[in-house]
Amino acid sequence: MSEPQPRPSLIGDSLAQVGALGLFLLSVLAAVPRSLRYFAETVRQVFFVGAMSLVIIMTCGLFIGLVLGLQLYEVLSRFGSTASVGTVVAIALYRELGPVVTALLFAGRAGTSITAEIGLMRATDQLAAMEMMAVDPMAYVVAPRFLAGIVAMPLLASIFNALAIFGAHTVAVTWLGLDNGTFWSNMTGAVDVWTDVMNGVWKSTVFGGVVTLVATYQGYTTAPTSEGVAYATTRTVVSSSILTLAIDFLMTAFLM
Amino acid sequence: MTQRRNHQIGTGLFIVLGFAALGYLATQTTSLANYRQGPTYALKARFTNIGQLKLRAPVKIAGVRIGSVSDIQLEPDRLEALVTLAIDNRYNQLPDDSAASVFTSGLLGDQYVALKPGGSPELFKDGDEIILTQSSVQLEELIGKYLVGSGDTPAKKPAEPESASKQGEKP
Repeated sequence: MSEPQPRPSLIGDSLAQVGALGLFLLSVLAAVPRSLRYFAETVRQVFFVGAMSLVIIMTCGLFIGLVLGLQLYEVLSRFGSTASVGTVVAIALYRELGPVVTALLFAGRAGTSITAEIGLMRATDQLAAMEMMAVDPMAYVVAPRFLAGIVAMPLLASIFNALAIFGAHTVAVTWLGLDNGTFWSNMTGAVDVWTDVMNGVWKSTVFGGVVTLVATYQGYTTAPTSEGVAYATTRTVVSSSILTLAIDFLMTAFLM
Repeated sequence: MTQRRNHQIGTGLFIVLGFAALGYLATQTTSLANYRQGPTYALKARFTNIGQLKLRAPVKIAGVRIGSVSDIQLEPDRLEALVTLAIDNRYNQLPDDSAASVFTSGLLGDQYVALKPGGSPELFKDGDEIILTQSSVQLEELIGKYLVGSGDTPAKKPAEPESASKQGEKP
């Protein structure tokens, strides 16, 4: 993408990457209204990006919930406050773990396939062919995937959270013998819809946009070789994970 | 074409499942689950100190939730907290000499308003004020009282319960 420079500098390169990603975001946003003509394509992408990720999201959510219930029960029993296992699990999940872990899994499951797909389109000149046929690849290929990520991520994170709560309930109540009423009443007493649940929904919406933006950008600008596609796929996971965690910190700091 | 239709069905199922999960989390695991929007009536109570009492904190009789705190204000002239309680209409048989206290659930839990039923034949009506109230007990005040109390009257106060217990032991 960038020409070989005499002295590559880390800061300059990172800034250039951020700038290129920002410009790419603008052109994706500009292509969103035009992509509404290809609404069926967006629906198809929600299927591939969202519904096909359900198995991994649900399995991981269940195990995260199981291990959270186990660990918190063990730690909180030292202070005699096992009653708040439900509260701590719910708040940790809704605010942080749900959106962030789902975004990381989403980058691995859906982001990589988006990058590889678009990268191969680039390598086999399909994107150029679309332009020849007066089909804007930004509107037909990139924007539907971006929209699908924004739609799918909050839903995936909610399913993840629900499965994790189920897992924590299974460990704490069914297995370790915490009282069922105590588990739920402490949770409902301390968890708030807007500051906890919706906070997580906003976060996961943003993460969905970030992961699909990075994935489409890396695929769109890949070097048109098999090595270039492999490299772009790796970079998708690395940069979208870092961006997700950094934006998570910023959103937590400014929105709380 | 059938493949596209399958994708659409799959997408629809996924979206329904996602929103169902979100709806479940939002209504069943948060404070919305406690938010009974039944008809209520209001009772007022004045406290000199409400501690950490918050809006929507539960109001309980004998440990059973009968309503919630709907408003907390500072009365400007008396400088006391005026707490409005929204009591479920099903519980409209409260004697008008019932007492309200601010208690803490557990040692460090959330605070709630506990009503202790009196014996009066008259019942509370909408908008009545609970006269008998007991403020929240502040841990710091207790510690302060204990420290100052033992300093003011040396050895006398701690001695009293001691002698009382001795008298109790002897017979």
